[in-house]
Amino acid sequence: MDRVPLERKVLSENDRVAAELRARFQEHDILCLNLISSPGSGKTSLLERTLETLPRHDCVAVLTGDIQTENDANRLKRFGFPVKQITTGGTCHLDARMIERHLADWNLADLDLLLIENVGNLVCPSSYDLGEAIKIVVLSVTEGEDKPLKYPSIFFKSDLLVLNKIDLLPYVPFDIDAAAENARKVHPGMEIVKVSCLTGNGLQEWMTWLEQRRAARKTHLQEIVSR
Amino acid sequence: MHELGIANSVLEAVRTEMGLHPGMYPCKVGVRIGEMAAIDQEALRFCFDAIILDTDLKALELAIEICPRRHRCHDCTREFVVQDYNSRCPHCASFATICFSGDELELAYLEVEEYGSSTVGAKSSQ
Repeated sequence: MDRVPLERKVLSENDRVAAELRARFQEHDILCLNLISSPGSGKTSLLERTLETLPRHDCVAVLTGDIQTENDANRLKRFGFPVKQITTGGTCHLDARMIERHLADWNLADLDLLLIENVGNLVCPSSYDLGEAIKIVVLSVTEGEDKPLKYPSIFFKSDLLVLNKIDLLPYVPFDIDAAAENARKVHPGMEIVKVSCLTGNGLQEWMTWLEQRRAARKTHLQEIVSR
Repeated sequence: MHELGIANSVLEAVRTEMGLHPGMYPCKVGVRIGEMAAIDQEALRFCFDAIILDTDLKALELAIEICPRRHRCHDCTREFVVQDYNSRCPHCASFATICFSGDELELAYLEVEEYGSSTVGAKSSQ
């Protein structure tokens, strides 16, 4: 009997494609964000509000994943930015190869922000690197403040928690401080913004976070160039 | 939910590796799974057993090692296992700790046997 060391990632093929994507995004100064949540937490609404706010000449594109239908792409296309639907046909997450395939006919030189909306699922998307710079988890106040403890992996791997539907706080037994505490228990120092995509409350804070990340990326790239 | 895909990736890796070992067959594949990796061990076993059923690899054993979430303290440099999500250093009470393990989804090793060897577990069809 011989024991052969393998010592590689199970998803090494996905990770290889993701690393290629990350290198391409860096080459073209693109900030790529991967939005993850349960179905119905408001990823598409957050993107609608974001696209509505961004200037029309902004170099932004969206890939939106679902198991079936073009519904989300249709909702997002009306803002005039390039949007593509990825229908997985049953798969419960996006993987790097799907991203690669759907980017094929876009000129990356024309982009500086790529927003990816993952399939609604708090579990599986956390295992698949898409080449993003940052994972963002969206949680709505109708879901229960213990979600970060029940689904720790995605909260652990996301840099930002967007707490959505805060307009419903008066009507649901959701302890928003406990939710924040639970998220930071799993991920110390996690950034949190509280928004209502319905009323617009808190969205300014989200847009500020987004613009800061875009600016930080540009500054970082300029530093690399000037070295 | 995605354990079937993971099981398929493990099996693909085994087949690729076996291409490098002519005259041998695989008996056991070892994987490491971090407790923060969002993989259900039982679901993975179920899927793995389902996809090797009635194939030439039906006797292949899956060995799973679960890796706890471990942090290293930035201040006192000691390492500790995070329990109940408490990532504060138990030695010096610092909050400045960094996770270095617990997110694994890795192939660790493959045990291979020569065809025709008499080891228990070798497939009778060989």
